[in-house]
Amino acid sequence: MVWKTIARHLAGGHAPAAKPDAALVAALRARLTAAAARRLGRSLAIRHVPAGSCNGCELELRATQNLIYDLTQYGLSFTPSPRHADILLITGVAGRNMLEAVRQTRAAMPDPVFVIAIGDCAVDGGVFKGSPMVSGGAEAILPVDLVVAGCPPAPAQIIEGLLAMLEAHAG
Amino acid sequence: MRLCTPEEWQSYKGAFIALWTDSAHAYALYQPAELLAVALQDGAYPALPAPGAAWFQRLAHDLNGHVAAGAADTRPAIEHFCAPDGRSAWPDFAPPQGEGVHQLSVGPVHAAIIEPGNFRFTVCGEQVLKLEARLGYAHKGTLGLMRGKSPRLAARFAARISGDATVAHSLAFAQAAEAALGLQPPGRAVYLRAVMAELERITNHASDIGAIAGDAGFAFLDARFAAQRERLCVAAAAAFGHRLMMDCVIPGGVAGDIATGGAAAVLAALDGLEAELPGLTRVFEDYASLQDRLVGTGVIPAELAAAYAAGGYTGRASGQAMDARCSPGYAPYDGLSLETPVETDGDVAARIRIRLAEITASVRLIRVLLDSLPDDAIAVAPPAGDGMGLGVAESFRGPVWAWLRLTGGAIADIFIADGSALLWPLLEHAATTGILADFPLINKSINASYSAVDL
Repeated sequence: MVWKTIARHLAGGHAPAAKPDAALVAALRARLTAAAARRLGRSLAIRHVPAGSCNGCELELRATQNLIYDLTQYGLSFTPSPRHADILLITGVAGRNMLEAVRQTRAAMPDPVFVIAIGDCAVDGGVFKGSPMVSGGAEAILPVDLVVAGCPPAPAQIIEGLLAMLEAHAG
Repeated sequence: MRLCTPEEWQSYKGAFIALWTDSAHAYALYQPAELLAVALQDGAYPALPAPGAAWFQRLAHDLNGHVAAGAADTRPAIEHFCAPDGRSAWPDFAPPQGEGVHQLSVGPVHAAIIEPGNFRFTVCGEQVLKLEARLGYAHKGTLGLMRGKSPRLAARFAARISGDATVAHSLAFAQAAEAALGLQPPGRAVYLRAVMAELERITNHASDIGAIAGDAGFAFLDARFAAQRERLCVAAAAAFGHRLMMDCVIPGGVAGDIATGGAAAVLAALDGLEAELPGLTRVFEDYASLQDRLVGTGVIPAELAAAYAAGGYTGRASGQAMDARCSPGYAPYDGLSLETPVETDGDVAARIRIRLAEITASVRLIRVLLDSLPDDAIAVAPPAGDGMGLGVAESFRGPVWAWLRLTGGAIADIFIADGSALLWPLLEHAATTGILADFPLINKSINASYSAVDL
């Protein structure tokens, strides 16, 4: 079938360029997006940015990688490079001194990007809410797809949150 | 506290710990717990000659606008975006000099899951010639939030000065508030605090020793120590209701009694660690490829450690036998025989050896403490009063100090000095004794806190 089509084109010269149907393109795009979400949904790379935390959330994030929780078994892993990352994971209060770094990290990531706020500080500033140095959570910088509250959230809670997001997007 | 003249202030000879200012005075803290004050003149005070004072003078300028007259280092500490255009006011790093010398900028977003900070390396080939650390990225305005609050309310902020040393910081803060109010916490609370503090020390040592091996590409030790850390965190949650024991130490005592079965959970986790530790230590000592990365790496000479009065395992690995639990000392350690291991090599391997020895010592301490828990109350309510208080606790990485002044039961002024401020300059030096690839090992082996100095 393919060979016949190729042969016909070779014999008949160039076929006139047809304008694709706009509705068809839209439908295809929707199907492609769903497929991409399914594919991305099971194996995501995470870029973590500490935006003014106390180091508590970092300890528990590291613990998600230990033998007991083994984050990679779910297809999730941390990556040093924002270029390879699908998830921007923010901890901390979104302090004034980290705003530019968060923005630059997001800009270096290819779309689509899921933004996740881990810990009470990243949810809304936590106990530091109201400080002039604090923007009040990740949402103050970027639209956030998922929040995991806790001070700090336990590794099991963090993984639960990540898996819930995967389920929702894998649909 | 001793109010002194500018001349006395500048000429005082002692091991410098910290410096801060309030609305009327500048304060300087020396070992073991000597507090000097000098009156501010038009918002200025004489700069101190101690090398460790530089960071605190920069910080006092950024926090309160007070100037250290005659200070050589006037770079911003935490104010990164105060220029009129909203961009960084940080002065340019000195350009590299010489053929083949170039600079690398790392951070504030690092490759690993750690806190934010910017490192400017000047390198020639692989050799690091100079490291300049730019901190302040984790600044949250914590001290400002603590002012005006009662000690009990402000304890939540003290617990979040540095998450890995949350017990030690809560303890230093609580002891400062208790000193200001003349409050004596009950014996049971004092013992439970020490159990938590030692558990925190073991947990962090285990986690960091593994992580150093991991940074050297030795995944086995990292995996085993991380598993041990996890068991300790689970035990801490079973005993005290929180994996990191955050908000468990409060002014006047502890927030809750140890849970039923909590002591058994802690002891079981310690037994598990003790059973595996000799084998893991042997692996550390026997693998030549691992030792090759650790021995002679990141050397801090004893003279330098002494000049900065470095505490914790960083100081103790470089010949400084300082431990806040012994000097100035606080309860309940005065009643327990406490050994402070000291080494003189000053390299990554020595710091690991100190930490391994401290794990064993802390395991013993917890067993003694849990075995002899007094049966009295767990807390007394702090009264509303006035006073000034100084408190100290030995965190896993070194001493942490809290100073506060209470007026009518509320905090009028406060400063918290983590020992990390004196460790950062030592890291800058230690990095220059190795190649760039050794830096993660050196950094992790010192593990100075970012959040605790950024405040």
